[in-house]
Amino acid sequence: MPYHIVVCGSIVPDPLQTLEPVTSPTGPALKNELMLPAVLDPWAGHALFEAANLAKQHAGSKVWFVSMGPKAKLQQVMMTIAQKVPFELVAIDGPSSGFTEASEVAAALADAIQAIPGLDKAHLLVFGGWESASRGAGATMQMVGERLGLVDQFQGVDKLTVRADGSLEILERIEGGKHQVSTCAGTPALLGWATGNLPEPPNNPQVGMLNMRTVMPALQKAKPVKLAGEGLAFASVSLPKQRRETRIVKDMAPDDIAREIVEWIKKD
Amino acid sequence: MDVDIVCVGFGPATGGFLTTLSKNLLKEDGTPVVESQAMPGMPPQVICYERADDVGFGVSGVVTPARRIKASFPQLDPAQIPMAAPVKSEKVAYLLDPIGASRRSLALRSADAVLKLFKGKDHAIELPWIPPFLAKHDGLVLSMGQFMQWVGTQAMGSGTVQVWPSTPAASALVEDKKVVGVRLIDQGVEKNGAPTGAFTPGMDIRAALTVIGDGPVGALGQQLDREFGMPEGHHTYEWAVGMKMVVDLPADSKLEPGTVFHTFGFPEPEIFGFMYIHPGNIASLGIFVPSWFDCPVRTAYRYLQHWVMHPYLWQHLNGATLRSWGAKTLGESGRRGEPHLVGDGYARIGEGSGTTNVLTGSGVDEAWASGTQLADAVLELLKAGKPFTKENLAATYVARRRASREDKESRVAEKARDGFCCGFVTGLIGMGMTGLTGGLLNIWGTPKAPHKRLPSIERYYRGRISAEEIAKLRTECQAKGLSLHNELMDRAGWPAIPLDGKLLVSHQDALLMGGKVQAPAGYADHVVFTEPAVCEKCDVKTCITICSGQAIAPGEKGVPAFDREKCIHCGACLWNCTQERTDGSGRTVLEFRAGTGGLHSAEN
Repeated sequence: MPYHIVVCGSIVPDPLQTLEPVTSPTGPALKNELMLPAVLDPWAGHALFEAANLAKQHAGSKVWFVSMGPKAKLQQVMMTIAQKVPFELVAIDGPSSGFTEASEVAAALADAIQAIPGLDKAHLLVFGGWESASRGAGATMQMVGERLGLVDQFQGVDKLTVRADGSLEILERIEGGKHQVSTCAGTPALLGWATGNLPEPPNNPQVGMLNMRTVMPALQKAKPVKLAGEGLAFASVSLPKQRRETRIVKDMAPDDIAREIVEWIKKD
Repeated sequence: MDVDIVCVGFGPATGGFLTTLSKNLLKEDGTPVVESQAMPGMPPQVICYERADDVGFGVSGVVTPARRIKASFPQLDPAQIPMAAPVKSEKVAYLLDPIGASRRSLALRSADAVLKLFKGKDHAIELPWIPPFLAKHDGLVLSMGQFMQWVGTQAMGSGTVQVWPSTPAASALVEDKKVVGVRLIDQGVEKNGAPTGAFTPGMDIRAALTVIGDGPVGALGQQLDREFGMPEGHHTYEWAVGMKMVVDLPADSKLEPGTVFHTFGFPEPEIFGFMYIHPGNIASLGIFVPSWFDCPVRTAYRYLQHWVMHPYLWQHLNGATLRSWGAKTLGESGRRGEPHLVGDGYARIGEGSGTTNVLTGSGVDEAWASGTQLADAVLELLKAGKPFTKENLAATYVARRRASREDKESRVAEKARDGFCCGFVTGLIGMGMTGLTGGLLNIWGTPKAPHKRLPSIERYYRGRISAEEIAKLRTECQAKGLSLHNELMDRAGWPAIPLDGKLLVSHQDALLMGGKVQAPAGYADHVVFTEPAVCEKCDVKTCITICSGQAIAPGEKGVPAFDREKCIHCGACLWNCTQERTDGSGRTVLEFRAGTGGLHSAEN
């Protein structure tokens, strides 16, 4: 059965850069955020690669990638992911700082999905990251599903298997490193992915060329969205504490390394 | 895969090329000026493959006259580009040695003795007048990383060109002396290149025109130099490694954006320094270690730290915090390093094509100019329906380049640095003579390949460290897997660096906190020691001491070991290898190939 798979994925500042929260006139922000390179949210990346893999296995399937962010940053991120897997971009020109209200983001994403021409809701699978590297509220995808009227929702998904009868077997993460196995009759459904099981695909220039036929037009007609942020207040914003100690060792046993790291953590 | 034009490397030259091309590939009504040969019905398909993980990673902060850049963007407002500022003031300072550890000739020591009478508390003498050939009065201070991100956004926003980062090209496809495209590097391989289960062979990208803009140590530039040779009398003997930091200045810093400092004289006379002030209380600062600094253990990082702590700089930097860090090789042969600029199916632009002006120390605007000249030529040929043959490219691109202001200036500069072959003071006098006489008078010198001029470690430290002690240190460092340079600098009188965890950090922390160095899995090592037996016998191993990221370290049986996860792709190891191959080719045994990863910061 062909699927219409819509992947929601945000972009986030490259976590390897120096991230420093500051207070701007419009609320919390990251210092010099425009200067920072952006990357596809890793959780969304897993969802995208799983979607492409599923589409490849079911002829006639199609993947849309719905992403909200400043246009210039979206364009930049597309150049690093568009060689990976085939998709059609639906761009929303809006903030991606992470300092936004999840329900407003969900509304913008749901509106954009509903406006996709030719989308067959009977065969719809909505994918996204279970969490986000910039928000971590774990609420956005659930609200996207609610707005789209999708009652079959799964979060923390690591594996999706399509059975012969078209039903879906889904493994969701639960406590204790275990999975909950659920079965769903079929589409439509929403899956918030954890890490999945797929490695990052290699770059494929042909895929890149194909994607760019839709990426640039999508960016040019990206709908601007302004999030009101009403009622949203941040009590405090801080980065996780970092402490760096560098030491080069060679031929140290893994057990010894682990023991030393544990002692180092306990010191804090 | 077939395209019309494939470019390799997204630096300022390719930026100029794609900017000019992207503005002129479509008519006002949106239809293409010419049809693609690769994809009929479409505009010409123009693709650029960049090695680094993202557009703007791994390049350096600059001050540039920006004449050609401004011509490409007539409405340019520096405020649009993060970290850009118009040049406001310039200072050139000679730094005395407050430590007494640097190696200075008798002539220089004599001059220092006189100059010390005039020095201030900062142990420096500012030049009262900046020679016109060094001045950048109407120029711009830029972060090249930020500038290239901005340029990339503009060019790609047109929808007519594509830039794909994280996609190195391994080689040019050469058939019957004609370049017909490029081959991308293999994915899904072990360190030694052996395929794994995820093997994806590098795809061939065939194109009517291949534009080589992969810089001074790019794999394709090297390949074409071997394939087609160099023009008579041309060579790439002169190099430098530029190592830099981007820092947050202390909150109470009085330095204004657009302030430019250039220094010389310390930590060693041959090492030049710079500091450029960006908006937002940010500064780019660093040093250049040239190939004519004949020290076989010339590490840039330790020298950078000593330079930062010189009183002339430290008065501004005490309390600063490291934001970013990196290094790159600079091709310093200038016009003499110009290869064959065109051939059937290819053209070369930018630093790897010899655009750098070695008198003015300017390279970015000149590289940009070469890109715009090629774009104008390509548009002329496309519109005329003429193929990209050697003759047609010579008549359009090379002719434009030869008629340019930059070319005339490069002729003036051609012999400007020859005096450095005979020593630092002679070199300075030579540069001054060339600059002030417009190239009429020069000091004569015969440049030599770096590996043919480097003395042994014992000879370099003669009178300071005994051969016996060097031998002992060498054995100890080999056993510990450490580079020799720190030990030698300690013995030579350089004090330990008082690490503060903010600006003065360990070399490895500079990689992690500053360069954020990355090495994606599934790619082969790009630094290869082709003849281990030769490496075993090498006593100098400058490849280890020069390595900007400590990625090359003493290995088993005396053969250096390469750690790709630390490599920042500066390429300094390529021109610092001192051992020739046994095949008589004249090449050295260290091979620097195309590879992924490296610096992961766009603030450089």
